[in-house]
Amino acid sequence: MSLSLDDVSRIARLARIEISPAEATHTRDQLNGILAFVEQLQAVDTTGIEPLAHAVDVVQRLRPDTVTETDRRDDFQAIAPETEAGLYLVPRVIE
Amino acid sequence: MLEASLKQLSAALAQKKISSVELTTLFLERIEQYNPTLNAFVTLDHERTLAAARAADVQLAKVGAGGTASSRTVANMGAAAAPLTGIPLAHKDIFCTAGWRTTCGSKMLANFVSPYDAHVVERFSNAGMVMLGKCNMDEFAMGSSNETSHFGPVKNPWDTTRVPGGSSGGSAAAVAARLTPAATGTDTGGSIRQPAALCGLTGLKPTYGVVSRYGMIAFASSLDQGGPMAKSAEDCALLLNAMAGFDPRDSTSLERPAEDYSRDLEKPLAGLKIGLPREFFGAGMDAGVRAAVEAALAEYRKLGATTVEVGLPNSNLSVPAYYVIAPAEASSNLSRFDGVRYGHRAPDYADLNDMYAKSRAQGFGAEVKRRILIGTYVLSHGYYDAYYLKAQKIRRLIAADFAAAFKECDVILGPTTPSPAFKFGAKAADPVQMYLSDIYTIAVNLAGLPGMSIPCGFDNALPVGLQIVGPWFGEAKMLNVAHQYQLLTDWHHRMPSGLGKS
Repeated sequence: MSLSLDDVSRIARLARIEISPAEATHTRDQLNGILAFVEQLQAVDTTGIEPLAHAVDVVQRLRPDTVTETDRRDDFQAIAPETEAGLYLVPRVIE
Repeated sequence: MLEASLKQLSAALAQKKISSVELTTLFLERIEQYNPTLNAFVTLDHERTLAAARAADVQLAKVGAGGTASSRTVANMGAAAAPLTGIPLAHKDIFCTAGWRTTCGSKMLANFVSPYDAHVVERFSNAGMVMLGKCNMDEFAMGSSNETSHFGPVKNPWDTTRVPGGSSGGSAAAVAARLTPAATGTDTGGSIRQPAALCGLTGLKPTYGVVSRYGMIAFASSLDQGGPMAKSAEDCALLLNAMAGFDPRDSTSLERPAEDYSRDLEKPLAGLKIGLPREFFGAGMDAGVRAAVEAALAEYRKLGATTVEVGLPNSNLSVPAYYVIAPAEASSNLSRFDGVRYGHRAPDYADLNDMYAKSRAQGFGAEVKRRILIGTYVLSHGYYDAYYLKAQKIRRLIAADFAAAFKECDVILGPTTPSPAFKFGAKAADPVQMYLSDIYTIAVNLAGLPGMSIPCGFDNALPVGLQIVGPWFGEAKMLNVAHQYQLLTDWHHRMPSGLGKS
């Protein structure tokens, strides 16, 4: 399975990473190199094997549904690229 | 003082032979002198560091000579631990530090100042340790050579034309050059053990879940684990005592009774069964590495240990399985960097999507982008089963191999890396070659096991690491195995030449 330039641009769009036409070929070749390397996994028979997401068996802990965080809005917004009146600013999405 | 163990530093501070300010100043001066060459630190703040040292001296004065530090410290460290109050420490720049810049080696976070401390940072500061600065690293911990850092590569103190390993390369170089007595690191596929091996120090990756990931910038959440990097196993045990412990803010932090990781250091090794995976001793290992590892095994036999061959038949699949699982988790974790709440935002853009795409294209380096793209692809519709689920099934086979092997032995020993430190640029052009640097370490992360690297000799004047893998929660056993070897050998006391002593 080998990626085309169209595949690369689709993946880049999904990942929200701009790739210039100049970088596209090199990126495609490197991704294909990595995919060729991981291709050896396909040769292994894994019938009946359960996937392992976590090496140590953990179950999601529950906690009482109470407020534990303090309001630190100012601290968090101090490091944001753009805020106004306590809100994060982004480009307009609805005209 | 440069060669002193943490225990010796603790005693010197308690007996007022030296103050924390004096000790801290000694290391800050060394950093000033050697960091321009090594590039091991990305952020220093003398004022803040010295303020912490002065506060530690106040604590030490309250206790008086020969006593222990504050009860708060002892409570945090377990009853048998030596107090760490006043001893300097460097943090890998992946750990969030309130008031200090935390860059994760990335342009994306070049100006990021965290509003809170990571759990690990909090634990060490509660223990009274003094933060010297933040250590350089591969960008978002993705790399095995430190060449992916936005702040330039770290140089290996043993040979500055060579890499220190990665991703905790700044931490490793700083300890190796004695710019700090100890440092923190993180290990997702070998990022503590591989640089420890390449720089000639002792590094430990705990069992997954032992050290809280809260405030540790996430790369691959099911694999990431923080741990100590220092000169000796004895030092690592003391540091782990301070680092480990349950934290409700990390959903995978394990609720286990507190342990004193130093408790078994002095146990004799007679009767120890060492497993040697035949897959780790095949072709692909440098002759010099093999010779050093074989010599270490001979020392262990002298200590009364026996060796048994074990099999890890699926270990050859660990690197490819990792390069599906880790990028998949990374692509999800790194989606938070969108230029909205923190981090780099592109100066010019057409609309919201364009702002995301440009901010991320500008903020991330080439290796990070590659891994996000691979991760996005393997998780995308139509490919998820073929790649991600397949890799997770193989992950189970790899973990099962270790479980079977540990029925026949107490610990597993082998090389940490196939070769010693390589030259800058040697593997930078081919990602897959770079990935294979971690061929002996990655399986340990996939299985969630604890692993260590300790110095065991030299190959062409470059340090060689011996990897020790323990069973789940076998940290105290691994440290025992490492410490007994370090009592017999002095590899861990060797220091690169040309860096002065005092």
